Amino acid sequence: MARIELIDVAHAYGQSWALKQMTLSWSDGGAYALLGPSGCGKTTLLNIISGLIAPTQGKILFDGRDVTALEPQQRNIAQVFQFPVVYDTMSVYDNLAFPLRNRGWKEGEVRKRVHEIAEILELQSDLPRRAHGLAADVKQKISLGRGLVRPDVAAVLFDEPLTVIDPHVKWLLRRQLKQLHQQLNLSLIYVTHDQTEALTFADRVVVMTQGEVVQVGTPEALFESPAHRFVGHFIGSPGMNFIACDGAPPRIEGVPISTSSTQQPEPGATLAIGIRPEYLQVHSLPGPNRVPAIVTSAQDQGTQWMVQLQIGKRTVWSKIRHTSEPVGIGPAFAYMPPDKCALYADDRRVA
Amino acid sequence: MSARSFPGRRILLVLYLLFALAPIYWLVHMSLRSNEAITGAFAWFPESLSLANYVGILTDPSWYDGYINSIIYVTINTVLSVAIALPAAYAFSRYSFLGDKHLFFWLLTNRMTPPAVFLLPFFQLYTALGLIDTHIAVALAHMVFNVPLAVWILEGFISGVPREIDETAYIDGYSFPRFFVRILLPLIKAGIGVTAFFCFMFSWVELLLARTLTSVDAKPIAATMTRTVSAAGMDWGTLAAAGVLTIVPGALVIYFVRRYIAKGFAMGRV
Amino acid sequence: MSVAKPVNQRAWWLVLPVLVSVAFSALIPLMTVVNYSVQDILSPSQSVFVGWEWYKEVLRDPELHSALVRQLIFSAAVLAIQIPLGIALALSMPREGWRSSLVLVLLAMPLLVPWNVVGTIWQIFARADIGLLGYVLTQMGFDYNYAQDPWDAWITVLVMDVWHWTPLVALLAFAGLRAIPEAYYQAARIDGASRWAVFRHVQLPKLRSVLMIAVLLRLMDSFMIYTEPFVLTGGGPGTATTFLSQYLTQKAVGQFDLGPAAAFSLVYFLIILLLCFVLYNFMKNVGADEQQGRSA
Repeated sequence: MARIELIDVAHAYGQSWALKQMTLSWSDGGAYALLGPSGCGKTTLLNIISGLIAPTQGKILFDGRDVTALEPQQRNIAQVFQFPVVYDTMSVYDNLAFPLRNRGWKEGEVRKRVHEIAEILELQSDLPRRAHGLAADVKQKISLGRGLVRPDVAAVLFDEPLTVIDPHVKWLLRRQLKQLHQQLNLSLIYVTHDQTEALTFADRVVVMTQGEVVQVGTPEALFESPAHRFVGHFIGSPGMNFIACDGAPPRIEGVPISTSSTQQPEPGATLAIGIRPEYLQVHSLPGPNRVPAIVTSAQDQGTQWMVQLQIGKRTVWSKIRHTSEPVGIGPAFAYMPPDKCALYADDRRVA
Repeated sequence: MSARSFPGRRILLVLYLLFALAPIYWLVHMSLRSNEAITGAFAWFPESLSLANYVGILTDPSWYDGYINSIIYVTINTVLSVAIALPAAYAFSRYSFLGDKHLFFWLLTNRMTPPAVFLLPFFQLYTALGLIDTHIAVALAHMVFNVPLAVWILEGFISGVPREIDETAYIDGYSFPRFFVRILLPLIKAGIGVTAFFCFMFSWVELLLARTLTSVDAKPIAATMTRTVSAAGMDWGTLAAAGVLTIVPGALVIYFVRRYIAKGFAMGRV
Repeated sequence: MSVAKPVNQRAWWLVLPVLVSVAFSALIPLMTVVNYSVQDILSPSQSVFVGWEWYKEVLRDPELHSALVRQLIFSAAVLAIQIPLGIALALSMPREGWRSSLVLVLLAMPLLVPWNVVGTIWQIFARADIGLLGYVLTQMGFDYNYAQDPWDAWITVLVMDVWHWTPLVALLAFAGLRAIPEAYYQAARIDGASRWAVFRHVQLPKLRSVLMIAVLLRLMDSFMIYTEPFVLTGGGPGTATTFLSQYLTQKAVGQFDLGPAAAFSLVYFLIILLLCFVLYNFMKNVGADEQQGRSA
């Protein structure tokens, strides 16, 4: 296990920067998800950590040791790809033994280690089978196993490993991964574009968009206080409401709004108030932090109402628990609790 | 990236290309000289660049008609062969059905018929059908060896596409034809390119069948070339010039399909 | 757990167009040839049924035996040289950019030359007095003359075939290599695989079906080689380069005797069929054995 640090790392394919300059550190034994839409540079970042790609600039440190120039196998990294990679002509046993044999291990030690890993991954009964015809989830376990057989694996990297797995096997495999994480105290980095997968799997989520890391935080922090409008939009369903507002103190439709932000935004920045639909309330009377609005629809979703409101020309959403009284169509006031909303200046949260 | 190649590969490649191009150079060399010069004495380079042989060919309708005839039947053959081989290759790759293994091998056996004796029955068959001396006759006859080849090459490429991709597409509500055209074909572009090239090539260079099934209207370039053997001896220069000209269309074809051969198959984009 | 292909009889509909188009041009002529092979054709309208007579005659022919041996040695040499060389070339070809395009086009050129022209080129190219190859060899002190020395003639036909057909193997292998997903190479790098291990465990297994095509194609086509040696050497000197096709044409068609020629063709056809069948199954089994793997 190792602590992984990226210092001023950036990467360009040809002329365009796939990864803008970033400094990031991943703590030893953490379970990280790398979340973002396709094309945001998350696979590039993963491959830079594993050494498959040499970054255009910057350094990579494992436990303080500079590994930027090292080949993938010297970095002791396990990586599982989107499509299962197994050596078709070999048995499952030989697949697992392959990285050890490549390092010149003695057959006796190889056997011992392979059986250990096969037991952890519940692959013992498959060991004599040839890898070719196995189901996708078993193949993914084999590729994970090929990474884990090496002792002192620095980190296990997953690149959307569940894409080709049947839905009902998916959660089983994910649970097994979590167990493995606890059992072996592994550092895991898990690339995905699926927020549910990221939020359920990881202790910490790294959100990326357009080659940039916009927030690193716990699933809770991403939900409660998105650092960037992208995070607000991307996480949650529906995503965070952002309502354009005028200068200090912020006003919407002339109503002054107090927020959790205490600092002053840069003058001249484009301002907006961000609030999750879960926290936006609908009231019939005016009051502080209540903005005139029109309820245009209210949909019963079983345990909650999904309410659509119009504030000026802007459409916002509110999720209201069934415990409160039903919401009628027509004029109303949208209430934003001061501790649940924040000011965003040029897409970034104002502290 | 070094894991894919081996030391000394550049040297091997350069040496081989020299070997591959030397006879081609000699063909061009011959095409630019007169018959007397060719048979007269050795020369590293042509003494003077004479285009007389090319002019002779390009001003003679029987030469360029042969050229056009060849292009017509080769194109018909290539399009038909690839079009009917694609669904069959998919069937062989994905399903098992009654007699599939035997059928696959039987298809291959059709490439194995020694032409010399089979020419006569071919001639009789196409005469009976009234197709003799038409482009379609040669195109159909060449399908005997091109279709099995096409099925075979394409089957390999389709088998290289993980079956999960089909299943995902069907789950996403794609119909078979839509899946075939929108998802499968783009994935096996490389295979289609290679297959089309091979069909083109085998049809283009084949001489015996093409010559037997045509006389005037659909006479191919390769048959026209056999004319250069006459009582006056070989007309080496003209033959060489015609040879150079026959390489051109094929070189163009491979130039156009090179992307498909070179691009391979982009897995992550599915 | 092994995933077998699902049984689906409707797949026949997908195969049907191929079946019809090939059967149309293949079965009818084959039947005609079978018919000829059991008759003594005296004139287009008069023939006598002779049964196995022509087959017996053909099988007893000692010249056929020596032609067959020559043929087998030639085809074996063709495969032994062209398959490894083709794979090596495919591995050494540039994968992208203009260099890749250039190499592809240059490499494919010999394939695009009509077969009679191939013979013609080498006829001049290999001549010691006026051809590049013959001239250079002679200047280097070799006593080389393909028109008179049987050994030189045999080697020249073989080199010509290598020149003509190795690109086919190389192109097939190249396309096969390009179809290997990037992740395999990445996984191999992470696993610390050597170049040889990548070749042995990633590239070669993935090339298996493409190589099977290459091997069988080269076997069939080299077994039927006719036009090129006919133009280059006419089968000589003596019978040094008289392969089966050549012998068939000389012996039978040359004498306008359709019955024995048809019987010869069918025997010839069956020999190729048998060889391909054996090789096809052998290669399938090699793959299958290998895929069973060694277990602990």
